Amino acid sequence: MQTNLPKELLATTTGERADEILRKCVHCGFCNATCPTHQVTGDELDGPRGRIYLIKEMLEGNITTSATLDHLDQCLTCLNCETTCPSGVNYGELVEIGREHIEAKNIQNKITHIKRQLICATFPYPKRFKPLYSIASLLGLAPKRKSIVAIKTATYSKKVILLDGCVQSVTNPEINHALKTLLDQCSIQAISVKAAHCCGAIHHHNGAPEKALAIIKNNIDLWWPHIENGCEAIIMTASGCGLTVKDYARILKHDKEYAQKAQRISQLTQDACEFFASFKFIKNNATYKSVAFHPPCTLQHGQRINNVVEKLLASAGFECVDFTDKHLCCGSAGTYSLLQPALATQLKTNKIYQIMQAKPDVIATANIGCLIHLQKDSSIPVKHWLELVDIQIS
Amino acid sequence: MYSQKSLNTDEIHHKHMLDRSEIPALFSSCLPKACIFTSIEKLRPYECDAYTAYRSLPLAVLLPETKQQVIDIVKTCQKYQLPIVTRGAGTGLSGGAHPIENGILLNLSKLNQIYEINHELQYARVGPGVRNLAISEAASTYDLYYAPDPSSQIACTIGGNIAENSGGVHCLKYGLTVHNILEITFVNIDGEVITVGSECYENPGYDLLALLTGSEGMLAIMIQAKVKLLPKPANKEVILAAFNRIEDAGEAVANIIASGVIPAGLEMMDQAVIQATENFCQAGYPTDAAAILLCELDGFDEALQWEIQQVTQQCNQCHATSVRKANNAQEQELFWKGRKSAFPAIGQLAPDYLCMDGTIPRQHLAHVLGEISNISERIGLPVANVFHAGDGNLHPLIMYDANNAGELDKAEEIGSQILELCVSVGGTITGEHGVGIEKLNQMCVQFNSQELIQFEQVKLAFDPERLFNPGKAIPTLQRCAEFGAMHVHAGELPFKDIPRF
Ligand SMILES: Cc1cc2nc3c(=O)[nH]c(=O)nc-3n(C[C@H](O)[C@H](O)[C@H](O)COP(=O)(O)OP(=O)(O)OC[C@H]3O[C@@H](n4cnc5c(N)ncnc54)[C@H](O)[C@@H]3O)c2cc1C
Ligand code: SF4
Ligand code: SF4
Repeated sequence: MQTNLPKELLATTTGERADEILRKCVHCGFCNATCPTHQVTGDELDGPRGRIYLIKEMLEGNITTSATLDHLDQCLTCLNCETTCPSGVNYGELVEIGREHIEAKNIQNKITHIKRQLICATFPYPKRFKPLYSIASLLGLAPKRKSIVAIKTATYSKKVILLDGCVQSVTNPEINHALKTLLDQCSIQAISVKAAHCCGAIHHHNGAPEKALAIIKNNIDLWWPHIENGCEAIIMTASGCGLTVKDYARILKHDKEYAQKAQRISQLTQDACEFFASFKFIKNNATYKSVAFHPPCTLQHGQRINNVVEKLLASAGFECVDFTDKHLCCGSAGTYSLLQPALATQLKTNKIYQIMQAKPDVIATANIGCLIHLQKDSSIPVKHWLELVDIQIS
Repeated sequence: MYSQKSLNTDEIHHKHMLDRSEIPALFSSCLPKACIFTSIEKLRPYECDAYTAYRSLPLAVLLPETKQQVIDIVKTCQKYQLPIVTRGAGTGLSGGAHPIENGILLNLSKLNQIYEINHELQYARVGPGVRNLAISEAASTYDLYYAPDPSSQIACTIGGNIAENSGGVHCLKYGLTVHNILEITFVNIDGEVITVGSECYENPGYDLLALLTGSEGMLAIMIQAKVKLLPKPANKEVILAAFNRIEDAGEAVANIIASGVIPAGLEMMDQAVIQATENFCQAGYPTDAAAILLCELDGFDEALQWEIQQVTQQCNQCHATSVRKANNAQEQELFWKGRKSAFPAIGQLAPDYLCMDGTIPRQHLAHVLGEISNISERIGLPVANVFHAGDGNLHPLIMYDANNAGELDKAEEIGSQILELCVSVGGTITGEHGVGIEKLNQMCVQFNSQELIQFEQVKLAFDPERLFNPGKAIPTLQRCAEFGAMHVHAGELPFKDIPRF
């Protein structure tokens, strides 16, 4: 596509990159077809092709108002458009540049801005988030926390790093507990570095890139000694965090001090399903026969991992049922459900409707955000797939 | 930076003197405020369809949610003499949905309801904004599907398909859009709702259904269609054949058809396209081949086996370097996914492309291919090739960079020469993408002035005030004279008393 970015902008790294991405888009419109928000509103401006155009117009120096901001805010960053695009347009990177650019122009939606600040000040910090969550569950606004008996991890020569996850460690500690149990059965030592509790995604996607960078660098510093000590992998139970950590390499590409380390960390990062892909599982919970696996966008579009969890579940003896529009976002999308509740709820309703057509006993997923979001309105349980399986070591 | 060429104002005849700021009030009784866009910021992303070489801003974009709103909008437009450009998904490649500066752009993507799937009578009744693929997805519960499958089927709408009489991979055997539509309901320029066609395959009177199909939004606005559904074939196979010379692949195509086989699809791609699509979806195409053929065969097993044998034999006789069948349904789908993403995949190779759409008699394939490569070399821009080989529909993709001054002109020159080449071997300037604004000049080559005048008369019979998509598809005689393709006797235009439209 033709672009006309001002010279000064083209001279910057982001400007140059934005131009490169924009020029790859040939305006074919394929991506609109799989964009969840475009499906709901039918407006070109709520689809990737229109958003790309809005960003182009803004970067070219045309009048930009809160209208552009609204359409960018309504984007889920689900990256469905990226996996649809035959031309290889890196929409995710472009929208990130677009969002930073509009923020720098001081165009903001006051309410969203305040919500974002509140989210950034609480969610990434378990110490702050835990008391809030306890109050919410007392008031019946959130499910009760399960009490978890910490497992004693033995020392094995094979070691991997786990990320507890800021929200997940508070709301659903049983997920990492399941993972630790499985690893222990395989004689793999799980190391969770307590001080590294958040991957940085919340700040990164909510207009606080500087703080995100600080968190990311801190994580790298905390994990590095373990990696030097021979840790084999960093295993993620939340695909959203996994995608972010896999993205550290790109985020720190131009950082002299951290670029190499970040690249190594990203390479070592795996979603739990990748790590276990060749393992043999058995069924852990006999109450469920058939399961519908909802692949989080960060898994299927972000990390482009498809059909791995389904195979694992099937080989563990579950009947893994298929459903329509599996490629669409459930509306959770990180903190999106809190910022754009109307669209998020609509997408959730659609998702649950489609899943229920297949009549499963349980919904499985691979990301904490989707799990919490779907759980609120689902009449059947929603679990992390790791909770449904056990490992059989032969 | 906005190119001026698109349409000249004489061709449009907009008579009103309305200002953009007056538009919301005019339509406030037709549809909610939130569905009327008039800020320049919001209009820009609508300034072109998938033909991006030219761009214009409409006065306003309207996004109706119901048929009634469409009717009210048409009445208002007629009252104020506002031109209307209808838009489906905006995937058109000839600028059919290119906005008109003094007109309304009517976006029908919200009219996307599938009202009925009748599996006994085998039809679907759908709104104009329903995506092509969505029909087949909905019908698949009954093992039925909608046959015409443009490569853009994931995104394009049935309204756009009817307006362009779109074709696709499977049209060789199952016909174009026009052969797969039973009934169309449209709003005419007076805001009346009229239905043509029926559930029967033959209707008395003029075939208005066929007239409306392919009318590029210039006669009416479709608000509902009944489309035929076909039972999925009992069996199908997809064969992939690779060739070292593109001419060999061309010859194989002619021989396959001559052998009596009617493939469900027969497509050809050259090396540049093979590489780009393989990058996108890893379909397993041989990336060292100069050309590949994809051939789908379907039907009952006995016939199928014979056809597979024929196709394999014909390919081998034309020096295919490999011939193989897709192993399973997933691989079949992947073979087609690669082919269907061919155009946008070219975006990996060049920032812009012009997609040509000429059709030629099949026997000239090898000659025309050779000529295309000569033209490309002479003018100095690369051309990649994908074809609906079975029906001789060529899609040369001319790669250029719109950021480099002069490259668009070169690309257009190549395009123009390719289309004229098609006409010279007895072919046509469009197979399925329509004329829009892109091929106005080539219409002057394909048709003489009397024919063009007849076309215009048909338009005027439906739309005497020229409000529906004016300026598209039929060039003015003035334009043709300027293009130099019309015979001007002693400096005088023929029919000089006929008003210049
Ligand atoms: C990558 C790519 C591949 C393609 N492959 C093919 C292919 O294989 N075969 C093929 O035939 N085409 C192909 N096309 C072209 C295009 O997709 C088709 O022309 C398609 O039918 C356009 O549909 P649309 O909904 O996008 O219509 P639009 O582009 O929005 O409109 C196209 C025309 O239809 C008119 N129109 C739309 N809706 C209505 C309505 N309800 N009533 C009256 N007029 C209406 C518009 O005014 C315009 O003139 C391809 C395009 C792309 C980008
Ligand atoms: S699919 Fe890719 S090339 Fe096509 S419009 Fe979307 S981003 Fe652009
Ligand atoms: S990231 Fe998701 S919501 Fe955003 S434009 Fe792409 S497909 Fe649409």
